[in-house]
Amino acid sequence: MEIFITLFITGVGLGALYFLVASGLSLIYGLMGVLNFAHGAFLTAGAYAAWYFTTEVRADGSLTSYAISLVLSGLVGAIFAVATEQLLIKHLYDRHIDQALVTVGLGLVAVSAYLGWFGSDPLIALPPTQLYDVVQIGDAFVGIDRFLYITVAGLVLLANFLMLRYTRIGLVIRAGVENRAMVTALGIDVRKAFTFVFFIGGFAAGLGGALATTYASGVGPTLGDAFLIYAFITVVIGGMGSIPGTAIAAVIVGTTQVLVNYYVQGLGDFVVVLLLAVVLLTRPQGLLGKVAH
Amino acid sequence: MTNALTLTDVNVTIKGSHILQGVNFEIEAGVVTGLLGRNGVGKSTTLRSIVGLVPRVGSIKLFGEEISGLRTHEVIRTGVAFVPEDREIFASLTVAENLKLAERDKNPDYDTVHQLFPELLQRKNQRAGTLSGGQQQMVAVARALLNKTKLLLVDEPTKGLAPKLVTEVAAALEIAAQATTILLVEQNLPLVKRVAKNIIVMDQGVVVHNGTPAELADAEFAKRMLGVSGGSH
Repeated sequence: MEIFITLFITGVGLGALYFLVASGLSLIYGLMGVLNFAHGAFLTAGAYAAWYFTTEVRADGSLTSYAISLVLSGLVGAIFAVATEQLLIKHLYDRHIDQALVTVGLGLVAVSAYLGWFGSDPLIALPPTQLYDVVQIGDAFVGIDRFLYITVAGLVLLANFLMLRYTRIGLVIRAGVENRAMVTALGIDVRKAFTFVFFIGGFAAGLGGALATTYASGVGPTLGDAFLIYAFITVVIGGMGSIPGTAIAAVIVGTTQVLVNYYVQGLGDFVVVLLLAVVLLTRPQGLLGKVAH
Repeated sequence: MTNALTLTDVNVTIKGSHILQGVNFEIEAGVVTGLLGRNGVGKSTTLRSIVGLVPRVGSIKLFGEEISGLRTHEVIRTGVAFVPEDREIFASLTVAENLKLAERDKNPDYDTVHQLFPELLQRKNQRAGTLSGGQQQMVAVARALLNKTKLLLVDEPTKGLAPKLVTEVAAALEIAAQATTILLVEQNLPLVKRVAKNIIVMDQGVVVHNGTPAELADAEFAKRMLGVSGGSH
């Protein structure tokens, strides 16, 4: 049982990282219909920013430096995302194939750039030693870092909920996911909401990058791509445009992957893909997805 | 007579189909004009072209100002309101949220909206998707009445409604007409006769007739132009 508890919480922690990447993907697709294959590059940018800050700028291994690096990585991801939207995506709205091609291209260029700047070997991260501690739950010992991922993802989920529920921009986003054309027909410049969604999506991805660096004990050029695949699966299972659906799906994907990989070695990824296929066949709109226009 | 809206040689092509083939008309300010025609002749597309929801070529002037180059939200901000066919309310939002989203003026006119549709006040926290068709239509019309508008475009507001609700919608349009110009696409000819001062008839993507609702009493005219009887419909 103790192994199960350890694996389960580790799976939820991994799911929390998937959620951070997938929440932005989900909103971007739900509102704009943009399949953003460059989203992994935002994560990697955030990861490198966190690595650079905690190893070159403030390499004191303190929790304060780590916390600053999380915010910094989020901002780096957000700036990268807004630049992508303003310089590339903005000119291609309603040209979905072109958007997909451009974001695939940007993702490839970003990996090459990271490779050129930082090399192919993973750069070792130096998170605070407190994150290597464990807590005992029953007979199980679980790394504290897992709870950090879950807490941060929970805060992002809460912030998303409050923003979507109680702000004007959130109202525009919820309406836009349902019927974008009608939002503009009410006199609202929906493109401002597009830029905002890229900002918050990029911020969450960058933040996820910093945490993924801790989870993977380092950062390499393809760190974002590894997470992007499962983030896409999470979005499809949860339902495009649904943040609660994305959160539920992220936990399902993360725990399934970790548990199956332990009990049936090597089959974790296969079972996740199988799960995706089952959802697509039985509930194509995803767990909590809506039909978007 | 001041023209509220002037369309000159407006063309719309969607996915290879040339739907509007040079639409020309003017509508008088301060009155209701009915835009009529058989199904599929381009009436709804005409309204959507005015607000920029479909790509259009040609000149569209609102009180003399060219608006054809503007994007949809910019057209709306010049003082145009649009009530689309099939309501297109936001089903997952509450009634209050649907109305809040439509607010543009500093002091949106909730008094008029609640006076016309008191039911919306009672159901303000209900999800719009759970309303009946008639109630959804109230939300769609109310969204357009919240702000001061120069031109109100209304696309088949009584489609699928029970007779009692048709009367309510007609009353709402009459009140709205006291303060703005209305271009009304409608298949319900008695309603057009009741509220409209002028009519424009379209066929196959062009305007084929300008006249008055009185002409609809001529059964032969109604059948030739609209394919329906001129009596009750």
